[in-house]
Amino acid sequence: RSSQPLTGPNRKRCREDETLLGTVVDEGERGFIIDTRSAQAAKQARMTGGGTEPKSSYPQWRRLHRPLERGRPLQESFIKLVEACNDTSINMDRWLSRLESCRWLSHVKAALSTACLAAQCMDREEASVLVHGAEGTDTTLLVTALAQVILDPSCRTLAGFQGLLEREWIEAGHPFHLRCAHSAYSHARLKQEAPLFLLFLDCVWQLSRQFPFSLEFGERLLLTLFDNAYASTYGTFLCNNEKERCLCKVKESTHSLWAWLNQPGEKKKYLNPLYSHNALVIWPSVEPQSIQLWQGLFFRWIRASQYLDEAWAEIQRLVEGS
Amino acid sequence: VENVRLLDRLSSRKAALGTLYLTATHVIFVENVSETRKETWVLHSQISSIEKQATTATGCPLLIRCKNFQVIQLVIPQERDCHDVYISLIRLARPVKYEELYCFSFNPKLDKEEREQGWKLVDLNEEYNRMGIPNNYWQISDVNRDYGICDSYPTEVYVPKSATAHIIVGSSKFRSRRRFPALSYYCKDNNASICRSSQPLSGFSARCLEDEQMLQAIRKANPGSDFIYVVDTRPKLNAMANRAAGKGYENEDNYSNIKFQFIGIENIHVMRNSLQKMLEVCELKSPSMSDFLWGLENSGWLKHIKAIMDAGIFIAKAVAEEGVSVLVHCSDGWDRTAQVCSVASLLLDPYYRTMKGFMVLIEKDWVSFGHKFNHRYGNLDGDPKEISPVIDQFIECVWQLMEQFPCAFEFNERFLIHIQHHIYSCQFGNFLCNSQKERQELKIQERTYSLWAHLWKNRADYLNPLYRSDHSQTQGTLHPQMAPCNFLYKFWSGMYNRFEKGLHPRQSVTDYLMAVKEETQQLEEELEVLGERLANLQKSQLNYNKVKSKQQDRSKQLGLSTSNNSLANTPQEYSNDLKSFPSRSPSQGDEEDSALILTQDNLKSSDPDLSANSDQESGVEDLSCRSPSGGGCLPSEDSGKDSDEAVFLA
Repeated sequence: RSSQPLTGPNRKRCREDETLLGTVVDEGERGFIIDTRSAQAAKQARMTGGGTEPKSSYPQWRRLHRPLERGRPLQESFIKLVEACNDTSINMDRWLSRLESCRWLSHVKAALSTACLAAQCMDREEASVLVHGAEGTDTTLLVTALAQVILDPSCRTLAGFQGLLEREWIEAGHPFHLRCAHSAYSHARLKQEAPLFLLFLDCVWQLSRQFPFSLEFGERLLLTLFDNAYASTYGTFLCNNEKERCLCKVKESTHSLWAWLNQPGEKKKYLNPLYSHNALVIWPSVEPQSIQLWQGLFFRWIRASQYLDEAWAEIQRLVEGS
Repeated sequence: VENVRLLDRLSSRKAALGTLYLTATHVIFVENVSETRKETWVLHSQISSIEKQATTATGCPLLIRCKNFQVIQLVIPQERDCHDVYISLIRLARPVKYEELYCFSFNPKLDKEEREQGWKLVDLNEEYNRMGIPNNYWQISDVNRDYGICDSYPTEVYVPKSATAHIIVGSSKFRSRRRFPALSYYCKDNNASICRSSQPLSGFSARCLEDEQMLQAIRKANPGSDFIYVVDTRPKLNAMANRAAGKGYENEDNYSNIKFQFIGIENIHVMRNSLQKMLEVCELKSPSMSDFLWGLENSGWLKHIKAIMDAGIFIAKAVAEEGVSVLVHCSDGWDRTAQVCSVASLLLDPYYRTMKGFMVLIEKDWVSFGHKFNHRYGNLDGDPKEISPVIDQFIECVWQLMEQFPCAFEFNERFLIHIQHHIYSCQFGNFLCNSQKERQELKIQERTYSLWAHLWKNRADYLNPLYRSDHSQTQGTLHPQMAPCNFLYKFWSGMYNRFEKGLHPRQSVTDYLMAVKEETQQLEEELEVLGERLANLQKSQLNYNKVKSKQQDRSKQLGLSTSNNSLANTPQEYSNDLKSFPSRSPSQGDEEDSALILTQDNLKSSDPDLSANSDQESGVEDLSCRSPSGGGCLPSEDSGKDSDEAVFLA
């Protein structure tokens, strides 16, 4: 992953960048660049100093555009969805179109599809992949993190998933402080706020539903991560990047969420009783029928969870053979 | 016909080459791949429509749509052959006589005694006894013993004690199709009941003393309440329109102590169109989220499901919480009435949530009360306007409830899917004809077999591992969440996309948990045996330790025996832009793709009984991975081969 190349309107070149990318692909091999902006948007970025990797300078790389929503529009999508979920006046005959108008599920589908594409490049084409959007801090991380959950069984363990979050979201510099400021109910619509991390968690939830045995953790972990990204007793999701965290002395002055989660007493609440190591790649279906609204999150305070909790307790009981 | 191709719906490039056979009862496609020779069997009774599509360079496409939502696309090389197949299938799929149906030739190799026993498995008299009838308020009446009063009712009906034969006969003359008010469900805890009938022939002002007395009798049979609800499940407009035709609904002024209520559920034509629209959405190639949600909403399907459920909830509440009896009707009292009464019963009484109880429920409210199976599901070729997915909707209501209450039902989703399958398959005689009278005339019980016996024999496949009869969810009435609850209604892809393997979670939680349960049980039994020996022997310590470590190893063992590790699944087409990967040429990929994919599918999904033996159950798809505790029919193919399964080629 990276951010966009600063090609600019004059099609600047950078030997070092070309060399760097050259080290990733061997002689005669090809690589894929997945640009999370539309071809149009990427082209327009040149006017403000950004752009794309020109074919002539990067001959071994094939560029694919998979536009993913980010920024304000994504936050609006989130806000609209939450409003729709809380609206008790909607009749059944208008519920689905209202759901559709929020576009959230379309974003989930797009994110999963793009991550699968990246995964296919690696797994089937055995090619390296470079992912970037504009800044490299939002949709880029969504794709790289999700692709790893799909490809790599070790990222599906509790410890591995935590490691993935540390690497691909926290250390990679997703600006949590800006992105996870006020969530969906606030009237102050901040310019920099956007629920990319939630979108990632939603995609992981979709995977857990389609592969109920393949993730070592369950929905509860995902909900806890969602909570802590926005407001936390722990310092893990503070600030916007490593530099800020250093300046704020986060490591010295706060406790780590992982340390708490990994305590034996806590940890078992987050484990999936059905988990069984699956060494294979998990390829989700991204057909609309396969993508569901994450009720556990969006109807968390609205639906009666008692019966489902009882079901999970029963599953736990069966698996532990009491 | 040879060299026929069977296309995959999601990826038209994944085609299997094989031979097509037409028999008296089935269409069979056998793949050429010699190791597997995977077979696809389709019963003629399942065929809903056949479409001949435009001939292309590759051949003549034939699209077969089935009533169990399987869609088969064949490409037949010669136009002449295609036409022959088409004409034959049209005739075969539209039988004219009952004797043409599969149930009359199906032979499960049981003797006469076993066949009889199979039919006795569900006994409605026993059921009414279980409810506590006959008693002081309700009795059995043989007034319809020769179907003389109502030919679509059973010979034995349950009526209030104070309803004399005179009242019953009089009331029947005032009801559409003579379907007078009769008992569907009685709650012995509070004497409230659910009765059902058809619409009264009231027109604008007609009255009938006996019919009014009938309703009073129902009221009096429940001393705990001084009124009854009369629920008309039609939209008000429709009911009112019926008045112009001399029918209509009960006027509160004429019938003392009734509270009248409309709960608008649309008619069979609306429902038929709704399903049609929903299936069109299912057939879209690579729909966007938008296409899907709009299409689904446009069909109105989930709205109708919710309407039926809401009606059931209203009635269940009236009975359980208010202790008030309810009389339910629609127009003829054999469609919406059946749906609503059976949903209400399911909510009220945990017995109907057991496997046996569910069979009894269907026998009671659908079979005995004269739901027109033949007309609705097209056993025989008939009026297409009579076709409607009425029982399908009820079955879906059950599934929706199972999703909301995962511990409350003794049976699982597969049970529901197989029942739906067999309602259309005509492999068993339970759902033939339009009434008990017709079935008796055809001597169904002597000439065919009962589905219930078949399902009961295989009940291990249909159990819900989360069900415990002592669980709180299995006691008493179910209370589905009321508004907001739109979101609780999900699209049932297990049913409507049943045959699209790529859509479903590959790993069946149900089957895994059943396997766990079985093994636990076995180990517990072993433990008991050992425990007994323990008490007898002096060398206790050594043995006990052995047992303990076995328990700890169990979870590891189970992980292996369910083999979910070796479930290689294949990626679908993630890019609509097929030019993404020009690195592999189509010819390089295709043949291998098909072979491998279908190999997996064959091992996972085909019913192991599906050899070329037409005596056995055919084409009943078992999507979920079977994991019997001893290991099973799961593929052990090498996952490393998945590099051949690319489907993203230009």
